[in-house]
Amino acid sequence: MDFQLSTEQIALRDTARKFAREEMAPVAKAYDQTGEFPLDVIAKGFELGLMNMTLPVELGGLGLSHFEQALVVEELAGGCAGISTSMIANDLALLPILIGGSPEQKERLVKPFSEKLRFASFGLTEPGAGSDVAGLATTAVRDGDHYVLNGSKMWITNGGHADQFTIFATVDKKAGRKGITCFVVEGRPEGLTSGHHEDKLGQRASNTVSLTLENVRVPVANRIGEEGQGWQIAMATLDNSRPLTAMLAVGIGQAALEHSIAYAKERKQFGQPIAAFQGIQFMIADMATELHAARLLSYEAAAQLDAGQRNTLVSSYAKRFAADTAMKVCTDAVQIFGGYGYSKEYPVEKLFRDVKLIQIYEGTSQIQRLVIARELLKA
Amino acid sequence: MKILCAVKRVEDPDQKIKVKPDGSGIVLEGMNYKPNPYDEIAVEEALRLKEKQGGGEIVVVSVGDDSFVTEMRHALAMGADRGILVKVSSPTDSDGAARLLAKVVEKEQPDLVIVGRQAVDDDQAQTGQLLAEYLGWGQATFAAKVESLESAEEKSKTPGLQIEGGKVKVIREVDGGLEFVDVELPAVVTTELRLNLPRYASLPGIMKAKRKTIEELDAASLGVDITPKVKVRSLSSPPARKGGIKVPDVATLIDKLKNEAKVI
Repeated sequence: MDFQLSTEQIALRDTARKFAREEMAPVAKAYDQTGEFPLDVIAKGFELGLMNMTLPVELGGLGLSHFEQALVVEELAGGCAGISTSMIANDLALLPILIGGSPEQKERLVKPFSEKLRFASFGLTEPGAGSDVAGLATTAVRDGDHYVLNGSKMWITNGGHADQFTIFATVDKKAGRKGITCFVVEGRPEGLTSGHHEDKLGQRASNTVSLTLENVRVPVANRIGEEGQGWQIAMATLDNSRPLTAMLAVGIGQAALEHSIAYAKERKQFGQPIAAFQGIQFMIADMATELHAARLLSYEAAAQLDAGQRNTLVSSYAKRFAADTAMKVCTDAVQIFGGYGYSKEYPVEKLFRDVKLIQIYEGTSQIQRLVIARELLKA
Repeated sequence: MKILCAVKRVEDPDQKIKVKPDGSGIVLEGMNYKPNPYDEIAVEEALRLKEKQGGGEIVVVSVGDDSFVTEMRHALAMGADRGILVKVSSPTDSDGAARLLAKVVEKEQPDLVIVGRQAVDDDQAQTGQLLAEYLGWGQATFAAKVESLESAEEKSKTPGLQIEGGKVKVIREVDGGLEFVDVELPAVVTTELRLNLPRYASLPGIMKAKRKTIEELDAASLGVDITPKVKVRSLSSPPARKGGIKVPDVATLIDKLKNEAKVI
């Protein structure tokens, strides 16, 4: 692997860093408090090309590599993880179409997102189907040239603002995984309603709602892949998105590390900066080392995608390790700040709350371990 | 309209700069670089003029080594059209840079040259003025604008310079106020901080910049003497600031300001 960044890659990263520092960080606290949707920030990000980065050029995207997107996402996460999650949610919703859709579907259902700022939501999780994705209960019943969808979805990012939804439903509950099918619901048709914005612990700027589908009619032309291919499409989508969520964790952890270093040099106790104490030095050394290991794992998971290789194992390593590491780094950052770390007046308290979500969404750290073990133990 | 902008690669002023123990220069190891912020303002102004006029060409020029390409690409990613790198084997002084730029201007024949008022590395603030002198062109230094950088005009990316009837109208920041001048084109304008807020290099811009050309010129081939006229004899860090003192009351403060500091 080549660790040398090209001039363009450095430039992409610099723009993302500048955007995170100048446009996201100054408003992050306010959006965290109110839980309002940061549309103005996202709109500026869209104008700069910080969304839909990996969409192919023929679909109006920039055609960046997953590795390049990872560089950008680390920087954005340092500005505000909540806003970042909302900025990359379109990727998650459009990936199933890129993976399993026909050229016509890509043109019709993906391309418009590169032309104008719009939101698409990914709907897999349900009230009764979290880690047990295959147990989803939303049904799709064929009716002529349509399917009729019924059920509910949970924790849907940007669901209150989206006008396109990628919904996984079963055409045959008895068939388990083999019944799961992927559909795209366009607009906000009759029968589709979203719940209130969840009052979350962290990443509060990111819109999160429940969705209810009541006799929502979806044309057969909006079925992605064949009936029963939904499970494979969902799993391939998550293989693609894990390096990104891992980099979100690394970005949050990096911000926590930088705040910790600055504070440790400034805060004086017993007549000297606390950075002079070995106890603090060891914490900072471990935080930095482990974060960097998480970063490199995430790079590799992204690079495997770019090389067209199956990255299930390494992307699960990356997501699990980065999320758990960043959680630990942020916990230590709060510890270094002491009482100030527990106060909303100081920045690490928010990072500590924000990072927790990454151990949970898009496959908990426990599910990642199951995926890893399954990959290692399969015949 | 063709506009030429100069872009210099400078040490990032936000990092800690250390002087070498022997005073011969600064420690370059681990140094981060960025485009000179005043030059970014120059490029932004050129872009706004081009956008207002609905056409034209913006050429960015650097005098430096291969490493300067990074900062030139930044200007191209902001939207400049092409670049010219005048390659020198060692850094020039302001006079050398101005003489080389004059040769490029003679070759390119732009209608307007916009450069930063100074580079934030050695803060000389001479290149623009010397360039105008060598070209025999009019100049307007320290271009600013009346409206604040928070104003609606700024948000709508209105240029601060105005091109009218073969002249460029410039608002100069001078001691105690603003001076309004008209300069006949072609002319050299140098930019003050309060002219505009430069745009970001967008991701599509960065990808497009990859395909824009940067022509390389060998400084030796331009036939000018760039032997530095200014020799840096030694550098030293400013003396460490001594800690302040607390005074018990206003009377003591006034007394100290009057009799010790002698500032009032």
